[in-house]
Amino acid sequence: MAEKLLTIKHLKKSYGDNLILKDFNLTVNKGEVIVVIGPSGCGKSTLLRCINGLEPIQGGEIKLRGEIIDGKAKNIAEIRQKIGMVFQSYELFPHKTVLQNIILAPIKVQKRDKAEVIKEAEQLLEKVGLLDKKDSYPRQLSGGQKQRVAIVRALCMHPEIMLFDEVTAALDPEMVREVLDTILDLAKQGSTMIIVTHEMSFAKAVSDRVLFLDKGEIVEEDIPEELFENPKTERARRFFNTFEYDAVKHHTKTSNQ
Amino acid sequence: MNWSVIERYLPLYEKATLLTLKIGWLGVFLSIALGLLVAMIVHYRVPVLRQIAKVYVEIFRNTPLLIQLFFIYFGLPKVGISFSPEVCGVMGLGLLGGSYMAETFRSGIEAVDEIQYETALSLGMSKAQVMFHVVLPQAVTYSTPAFVANIIFLLKETSVFSAISLMDLMFTAKDLIGLYYKTAECLTMLVVFYLLILLPVSIIGSIVERRLSYASFGD
Repeated sequence: MAEKLLTIKHLKKSYGDNLILKDFNLTVNKGEVIVVIGPSGCGKSTLLRCINGLEPIQGGEIKLRGEIIDGKAKNIAEIRQKIGMVFQSYELFPHKTVLQNIILAPIKVQKRDKAEVIKEAEQLLEKVGLLDKKDSYPRQLSGGQKQRVAIVRALCMHPEIMLFDEVTAALDPEMVREVLDTILDLAKQGSTMIIVTHEMSFAKAVSDRVLFLDKGEIVEEDIPEELFENPKTERARRFFNTFEYDAVKHHTKTSNQ
Repeated sequence: MNWSVIERYLPLYEKATLLTLKIGWLGVFLSIALGLLVAMIVHYRVPVLRQIAKVYVEIFRNTPLLIQLFFIYFGLPKVGISFSPEVCGVMGLGLLGGSYMAETFRSGIEAVDEIQYETALSLGMSKAQVMFHVVLPQAVTYSTPAFVANIIFLLKETSVFSAISLMDLMFTAKDLIGLYYKTAECLTMLVVFYLLILLPVSIIGSIVERRLSYASFGD
């Protein structure tokens, strides 16, 4: 039987009166890749932030290997080390070089041996093709390069689960590719991941399970082949239709006549 | 311009410069320490202390140094607390500077994006580690121009120390003018010595500013 890594039960999250997630339940097994899709404001990013204890929650519980994740608890920093998170806007530390960005937390937080961490960081950089950039500052990198460094920085902590929050949303198509390839590699190596994305074909290729969220609830949940090809709910069908431009083309042509 | 007069007065000016430098820089260091403390209290919203810090900043930013000095030098002895003029000078400058520095540091810390905190937290850092390794180094970059301006401002403010009988540059110049009427020489020397004190600060400040902005401010 699959090993349960992350369990979310009856999660409730609101900003004031605005209910973002209502009674959200999810179990993530070790090695599973879950993609979360849905319209803006559906609670995808908030979900990831809750998993990392960056948002206070109003009900329910989130557990990583049985340990409750609570942003106010004493052990939160320890739990966060096991959760790697990559943000849409990269968020490299601008005053540190690429290498310094990566080794900061392993050395200061995990108190690991500096030489060993540098060696690992260089190997990871090599893997994403950025070893020659290790002494560059973030401002000298392209968006795609920054995002790959951000991924390496999270990986170097040896997290048990990785959270990706629309990591390609700010990139141009070529850079999207290099970042997504990096994530695909991780999937092949058996990493556990929750990925929020708008890249449908990538979602199809990488995921074991897709969640379609709307208004803070899971509207549909299935293996990618099913959810993308035969969405069962009307809401999901409408969402996927917005990616098809044929209908629009037809419509404008007829109205021009 | 009588050069022999200038030569004769030079030792007096040198002595006064040393005193100005000593009190000025001690005051600056006190103001940095105080400013950091207040900025941290305000940033972390420490209850009670935060309100006290706010009141302190508003009082000292909005009253002239001369009046603060009078208060410390002439007022406090009335309630049985008295200090030497030098200590009063350092205290006055430190308290005034502290209120300015606090605002400078606070604005620098606030200029660091919230999501940088979150990123650092998500890497498992403690709040102190986030502050020390991620926020402060960036805040320093944002604060440097205002920080250097504050130091220059504080060193210039030392010119009111003569009012509490400290033998600083201003005092020396006024004294010599009153005694010997060599106004042109005395005032020229006053300007030159102030420039000698402040120009290096200004130059070093702009070099530091350039180097810091080179390392930081990505994208």
